[in-house]
Amino acid sequence: MDVNLKREAILDNYQNPANRGLPKDSAYKEVNSRNESCVDNITVAAKVVDGKLDDIKFDGEACAICTSATSVMTKELKGKSLEEAELIVENFNRMIDELPYDEDLLGELNIYNEVYKQPSRKKCALLPMESIKKIIDDEE
Amino acid sequence: MNREDFDILSTGIIYLDNAATTQKPRSVVSEIVDYYTKYTANAHRGDYDISLKVDEKYDGVREKVRDFINAETSKEIIFTKGSTESFNMIIFGFMANYLKKEDRVLLTKGEHASNILPWLTLSKKIGFTIDYIDLEDDYSVSIEKVKEKIYENTKVISIAHISNSIGDLRPVKEIGEICKRNNILFVLDATQSIGHLKVDVLDLNVDFLGFSAHKMLGPTGVGVLYGKLNLLEELVPIEYGGGMNISFNSDGEYELKSLPNRLEAGTRNIAGVIGLGAAIDYLESVGLDRIHEYEMNLKRYLVERLSTVPNIKIYNKSLDTGVLLFNINNYFSQDVAIYLNKFNICIRAGNHCAKMLQEAICDTNTCRISLYFYNTKEEIDILVNALMNQDKILDTVV
Repeated sequence: MDVNLKREAILDNYQNPANRGLPKDSAYKEVNSRNESCVDNITVAAKVVDGKLDDIKFDGEACAICTSATSVMTKELKGKSLEEAELIVENFNRMIDELPYDEDLLGELNIYNEVYKQPSRKKCALLPMESIKKIIDDEE
Repeated sequence: MNREDFDILSTGIIYLDNAATTQKPRSVVSEIVDYYTKYTANAHRGDYDISLKVDEKYDGVREKVRDFINAETSKEIIFTKGSTESFNMIIFGFMANYLKKEDRVLLTKGEHASNILPWLTLSKKIGFTIDYIDLEDDYSVSIEKVKEKIYENTKVISIAHISNSIGDLRPVKEIGEICKRNNILFVLDATQSIGHLKVDVLDLNVDFLGFSAHKMLGPTGVGVLYGKLNLLEELVPIEYGGGMNISFNSDGEYELKSLPNRLEAGTRNIAGVIGLGAAIDYLESVGLDRIHEYEMNLKRYLVERLSTVPNIKIYNKSLDTGVLLFNINNYFSQDVAIYLNKFNICIRAGNHCAKMLQEAICDTNTCRISLYFYNTKEEIDILVNALMNQDKILDTVV
């Protein structure tokens, strides 16, 4: 994918993030994650119905990479079963950590495939995955 | 000014994060190298020439520090790992035995973590109350607001001379006088001021003081704890070991050394202390008055130039110190800092180790510029030009 297209997609998800705003609904499980080495601070909320991520929302204060990655993650994981979601999270984490991964599983999340070039920003991209992983693990 | 004394500055780096740490002049580096290459030995141990030379150098720096902060005796000067250790020693070694449940301690919400977390921890144990001085609209500390929070049982005021988060200069002379009149101990965090302004512990009526060498051109890992002699005598060591005891036996009896050695257990950071001495020599040769005047001229220029940047919010335009906080509307502080890195400009983004300040200042994260005497107007011009091209800020995401 062309670098300009990737940048455009990241900026679009940063400036107009999808699924932003936390629902006041006890059916959602919320997990807050903070980046220990910087100031990213996001909360992900998910509703699980019949073993599926029926809805995902988020809010918080974070940099362009972290905010946009959270937005893309909510879009990619919505409607997936917990097992499918877990596999996507695992492959995304492998991509960021420069390990072999299955790009066919990642959809729009593939726009972060060059984050590894800026090591200080890896954690920004990984932060939303930390929250959703906790929600999935709790459900299982 | 004096840029030629700093090798790193010839690389083209624009270093504007001096509140985090300062660069080191060649004289400081070469003093440290000399110790490691010409007379490495332990202190207070040997009967041979190089060890005696270490003693002379090490205790010579103690005397230099005494003179630098105008303490009465060099017994009042303890070498630590840095401000954090100094404050932990004051709070857990002295205050733990001094404060009672009914007492009160006065801080501000803008203090550095090292001057808040030890107090919170001790307060949980003893039960004393922590009060916070209300900040003025520009987040500064006024003497009126200090007075409003002094109660009958207020026993300690512990604040920074210059805050690391906002960069405001506190009215410490007046606070010292209030403390003296009301029998309150005055603990001063001089970490951000020591390399920029004259700090005189007698003039300011300071009871305890802490600072780190690395924010005043010296090496990392070394700092100073100052305490008035009668108070320091009551400070119970929190570290025990070699170098601080006279004798111990299997009956469990032991006798500790007198000050200052009693509070310096184990082999100290000798190279660091020697480097601190060279930093003091350097600062004195340049002159703190000259440094302050230069920095304030530069700060005036920075405020003028940054005010021309569109969509900028500057939080502190005062000319008391070289620290300035800003945000560019609609851009996260860290994205701005990462963008400026492309121009070799080093600034700090975040909440600057003062997390309680988020309660006072509505924007939780900011960009911080902190100047020193080796910064120039040309560097500020490069910064301002970079900030003019705001549509490029997010280009660094890929």
